[in-house]
Amino acid sequence: MAAYGAVLSVSKIIHPFWGGRLGNTVKVFGTTLTSRRNKTLLTRENIPPPAKYGGRHTVTLIPGDGIGPELLSHVREVFRFSCVPVDFEVVHVNSALETEDDINNAITAIRRNGVALKGNIETKHTMSPSVKSRNNLLRTSLDLYANVMHCQSLPGVQTRHKNIDIMIIRENTEGEYSNLEHESVSGVVESLKIITRNNSLRVADYAFRLAREKGRRRVTAVHKANIMKLGDGLFLQCCREVASGYPDITFDSMIVDNTTMQLVSKPQQFDVMVMPNLYGNVVSNVCAGLVGGPGLVPGANYGHVYAVFETATRNTGKSIADKNIANPTAMLLASCMMLDHLKLYDYASLIRNAVLTTMNETRLHTADIGGQGTTSEVVQSIMRIIQSKGQLTSEL
Amino acid sequence: MTARSVRSLSGALKPLFSHRLLKVYGAATCQRHKSSYTPPPAQYGGRHTVTLIPGDGIGPELAKHVRELFRFCCVPVDFEIVTVDSTMESEDDIDNAIMAIRRNGVALKGNIETNHNLPPSYKSRNNLLRTSLDLYANVMHCQSLPGVRTRHRNIDIMIIRENTEGEYSSLEHENVPGVVECLKIITRPKSLRIADYAFRTAREKGRRRVTAVHKANIMKLGDGLFLECCKEVASGYPEITFDSMIVDNTTMQLVSRPQQFDVMVMPNLYGNVVSNVCAGLVGGPGLVPGANYGVDYALFETGTRNTGKSIANRNIANPTAMLLASCLLLDHLKLHAYAQMIRRAILSTVTETRLHTADLGGKGSTSEVVQSIMNAVQSTGPYTLSI
Repeated sequence: MAAYGAVLSVSKIIHPFWGGRLGNTVKVFGTTLTSRRNKTLLTRENIPPPAKYGGRHTVTLIPGDGIGPELLSHVREVFRFSCVPVDFEVVHVNSALETEDDINNAITAIRRNGVALKGNIETKHTMSPSVKSRNNLLRTSLDLYANVMHCQSLPGVQTRHKNIDIMIIRENTEGEYSNLEHESVSGVVESLKIITRNNSLRVADYAFRLAREKGRRRVTAVHKANIMKLGDGLFLQCCREVASGYPDITFDSMIVDNTTMQLVSKPQQFDVMVMPNLYGNVVSNVCAGLVGGPGLVPGANYGHVYAVFETATRNTGKSIADKNIANPTAMLLASCMMLDHLKLYDYASLIRNAVLTTMNETRLHTADIGGQGTTSEVVQSIMRIIQSKGQLTSEL
Repeated sequence: MTARSVRSLSGALKPLFSHRLLKVYGAATCQRHKSSYTPPPAQYGGRHTVTLIPGDGIGPELAKHVRELFRFCCVPVDFEIVTVDSTMESEDDIDNAIMAIRRNGVALKGNIETNHNLPPSYKSRNNLLRTSLDLYANVMHCQSLPGVRTRHRNIDIMIIRENTEGEYSSLEHENVPGVVECLKIITRPKSLRIADYAFRTAREKGRRRVTAVHKANIMKLGDGLFLECCKEVASGYPEITFDSMIVDNTTMQLVSRPQQFDVMVMPNLYGNVVSNVCAGLVGGPGLVPGANYGVDYALFETGTRNTGKSIANRNIANPTAMLLASCLLLDHLKLHAYAQMIRRAILSTVTETRLHTADLGGKGSTSEVVQSIMNAVQSTGPYTLSI
């Protein structure tokens, strides 16, 4: 963060003095670093990092704990097989250590590459409270302010509710997850929930822009402003302000308890939902449960400059680790979202279609959706489908 | 306040005076904090007085149906009605209501609306009630009813939610413009109290498992303290299994496999969300009653506390939740025979699909449902008025 801030200021100093004379030098110096990033901030376009020589992208890969490593090795396998021009820079984060060096390395790697794919890093309850959640540190340091989760009923999966298509945009950096707690009086703990105008406007703007891009008709803000009048009241007010600038999209609001009740009775009524951090956590898990479970839904965390992709419900899955029964769908769909972000659309739809075709075959369902298939069988099937499409692939 | 001062007075009196005097004076008040609860004494004639707060939206009409039913079944309960006007900014109305509840000890209420347009200094009236009377435990029993068709079957979850602190402390401030800080308070005594209540209730009802719902991986001190208190209390109840689950995983499990849960205990906000999810799973807000218990007082209402403004006065509201709440009230007053009678009548009416109200997917009206309940009560034979 500091480094590129310094570069920005250097270029500002250079311009007035040497602008004309050093023209070429500034262009060379400034272009690749400052102007692209400046443009990103100003126009808020998320430009993917430039492909290196050879047209191959480098993406940071954080295996995490539990089922993370095995699922990510499958992702690498599928990518290698489909000849996707992405190289992974693997960074390990040891959740058992108390120092923050590992996670700082990971953050630097993501700053370098701009895009990352990660498994969930475990947060042990037994460690001291000063050990912050590594996932949370990642999100706040990189300012990944919007967590987007798209819950869709998949045709091959049997669920109690059908035709669900909900997009959940959750504020990712503040709210209840500020990690600000203190015990002034022994036996009395105060946790601070922070809501700021800037962050609320930012995430509301993201939600409405996304709704417009995807052609969605309605945005619902989820809140508890009858109780937390100032906090959620501010969030709601910011959403309303932003909504006034998007007259083609209907905006309404719903209290979180009513929302969860409506979600379990009639989830088809929801289109796009935007909310602060904790409600987002609960609502996204409810929706994931409605469409078939944590193994099916991918999630993405977007900031102005960086993007990190992971499974939506961020489960570590320690109890099913290394047993070859984890569902790889969520992680593979997350990698497709990453390919979309890098503008490699063909590869993204190729892999996505293969995953969805495999999903239709009940024989290959893993244990979490009620079948008996193994992870490797599912991945093999996906690779076979990719091969059958006739694209250039490696040997199976 | 009065109850506490009476207690201390009797505490002061005890050593001074002899037992006889104390029995008359002290009996009605001292026994309140024994574990075997004695309901407030019935007035002359054996009739109880219960405070009734109609509230807003569908509250008044449902409260009227409760009174109608009680009168019909000759239940020895008189209602003292206290109206609370939610549009006024002064707290006189709610203070009157609180005093009436202190006087009577038991209350039945509809939800009082909290208007968003009023300034933030206007506190939620329902919240004021709960905190002033220290109704620390909100108990909601979600059961699949036989006559109601839902996606999940055989649900039987008891949710015990801390009712006075947590995120509902109404403590917020804006030190820097555009930055709001909301305080979530978790205290050791209250967490121990609610955990103890949960385990005692589980033991009384013969339940095997208590699950604490928390988010201690993020709110390490706050929910960490809650979890620690639950663990401490659990060690005193070895026959009951105790486990814990993070709130996001809990809600996901609830929508896929709710049958795994038995008794759940949690702080205020998670309780709000989880109880609404469970109410949705068993058939909606019109079916589940809720109870708020304190050391001295008890308050009964619908489980999900909906005002129902959009369906008010249209005779389409589902009276089941409010009527089952009144049965919980009768159980609390130890009028078990009446409670069983009314509850049986309600459940037999709910099995009849023809009489389902709009929220259950039917076309019945509120009055039809209440008539049918009264018919069912009359047919079981006890002494009733004429319909």
